Amino acid sequence: MRKTKILKNPPAFISYASAAGYEEHRGPLGCKFDFHDETDLFGSDSWEKAEGELAHTVLSLALKKGGISEQDVEVLFAGDLQNQCVASSSGLYNFGIPYLGLYGACSTCTEALLLSSLYLETSEGDTIAAAVTSSHYCAAERQFRTPLEYGGQRTPTAQWTATAAGAFLLGRKESGVRITEIMPGKMIDSGICDASNMGAAMAPAAADSVFALFSDEKHDISSFDRIVTGDLGDTGSFFLHELLSKDGIDIRDKHEDCGLLLYDRNAQDVHSGASGCGCSASVLAAHYLPMLEKRELKKILFMSTGALMSPSSVQQRIPIFGICPAVVIESD
Amino acid sequence: MYSSKEYAEHVKKTSPRSPVLKNSVKAFFVGGAICALGQALFFIYLNFADEKEAQLFVTVTLIAAAAFLTGLGIFNKIARFAGAGTLVPVTGFANSVVSPAIDNKKEGFILGLGPKIFTVAGPVILYSVLSGALYGIILYAVEVFKKLS
Amino acid sequence: MEIFIKIATAFLVGGAICFAVQIVIDKTALTPARILVFLVVGGVLLGAVGLYDKIYSFAGCGISVPLIGFGGNIAKTVRESVLSSGLSGIITAPVTAAAGGIGASLFFAFINALIFRGRPKRISGKKKNPQPESF
Repeated sequence: MRKTKILKNPPAFISYASAAGYEEHRGPLGCKFDFHDETDLFGSDSWEKAEGELAHTVLSLALKKGGISEQDVEVLFAGDLQNQCVASSSGLYNFGIPYLGLYGACSTCTEALLLSSLYLETSEGDTIAAAVTSSHYCAAERQFRTPLEYGGQRTPTAQWTATAAGAFLLGRKESGVRITEIMPGKMIDSGICDASNMGAAMAPAAADSVFALFSDEKHDISSFDRIVTGDLGDTGSFFLHELLSKDGIDIRDKHEDCGLLLYDRNAQDVHSGASGCGCSASVLAAHYLPMLEKRELKKILFMSTGALMSPSSVQQRIPIFGICPAVVIESD
Repeated sequence: MYSSKEYAEHVKKTSPRSPVLKNSVKAFFVGGAICALGQALFFIYLNFADEKEAQLFVTVTLIAAAAFLTGLGIFNKIARFAGAGTLVPVTGFANSVVSPAIDNKKEGFILGLGPKIFTVAGPVILYSVLSGALYGIILYAVEVFKKLS
Repeated sequence: MEIFIKIATAFLVGGAICFAVQIVIDKTALTPARILVFLVVGGVLLGAVGLYDKIYSFAGCGISVPLIGFGGNIAKTVRESVLSSGLSGIITAPVTAAAGGIGASLFFAFINALIFRGRPKRISGKKKNPQPESF
């Protein structure tokens, strides 16, 4: 039976920052982001470089907010959606922080937080670990779908890759917001080959993680203030609730999805909702962590969802595998 | 619990669908308007060209217009609304050639723009030429057979 | 008057084709590239069985502006050239017939690639949210 790992030295969020693009700034969380850029270019001249700049900006902001120098950060876990994660490597190399690149599709934010906590579990003193994830609509669109000027309609289940990033610095702190438990996710074969229905492809993985967590008697749905999924969107959330109801679990009162928070779906034509590594990262940094810090929330379950696939795997009809790692975040 | 196959079937059935009728009506009006515009241009061009040339000029004009609108970033807005209305006329073909050209300029004119310009145009050219050649072979065989008998 | 009827016919026939294709797209989730290939091959087929010319004489641009016209034109050129010059027409005629559309597309694509740069799709208005206070 899969269980959460309870951390002996639960690390605290020392600092965190978020940054976003044009559309995200016009969404409901718009004014909460630490930084946004109207051109989506972040001062560079291509979309791929722009995502690197976005990751760079967000880590700089987190360091600045925490008053921390990059020399004090011992390790950097980072990832994005571009081929071979070049946005993270090209954007973050000049910090000179030892780097571990990650790919968990849109689940990378939770993956990075999970690994940072594990790293800190084995270190002593004032060690600081950084987790950064980013995504960029234009870079992802070019790589996974069609050129930007290409004219076409999208299905109602399609999602909009967020141009956003979040950076988190974890370390030791007397009191504050901490990651107390971690649980990696199983890869679940959704059987779905339709790349424009990723919410539905990720829902079984999210259901599996929620089920594993709450079949452990030490967890109780009522002890959580929120159960936050990454980017299931409208369609994916529907299937998550449906799958869980078969197991007799109802999380609808507590469930929120970052993909549904980032945009105003009535005014912004994003179909099922937001997606991307930067979606859950920016919503955690801009929305949930400030609420936890102000004690408006006590304890949340944070689980970014990822759809593991590539343009070639979809063309070869290899099904999309969902993944959903989870971390428990508490304020004390 | 579902097996993954059952789940995929269930998702296919239950996921929200595109509003087919609304989309089709929009496609009808936009697509029809583009064809009507083509016909009007055809009559104008007939004043100084023969029928074959006029038809070619119509195609070229529509391609040029679609290409320019693509460059301005207007075409994809129209296409989001019109769907097949802009895809089916020659404008859709033009957009599928122009958009990767603009998009892949950053990877270089030879190895970026060069191959990517054919992403959609490539299959269209390949299979139209192939099916044309196949028709030619059949036609030729029939002609030879006629002469022999 | 005759001109007006011809334009109206083109509108109705062209619109009907788009209407039908939209239903196919929404029902089958075929990608646009596949749709375009099917249209052009379908055009060759229509031309080969002699239907294309009949529809064209009645609907004009209603059938020739949709990509079906591309295929219909190929079939027509192949027929003429195989009947007049034999074998060599099989190889040259399809490309010759497609030359106009391909040439124009490539030419204007390159020109526009020189002039324009990629820009992000926008789905929201210009109105800004208030800026957060700087720290």
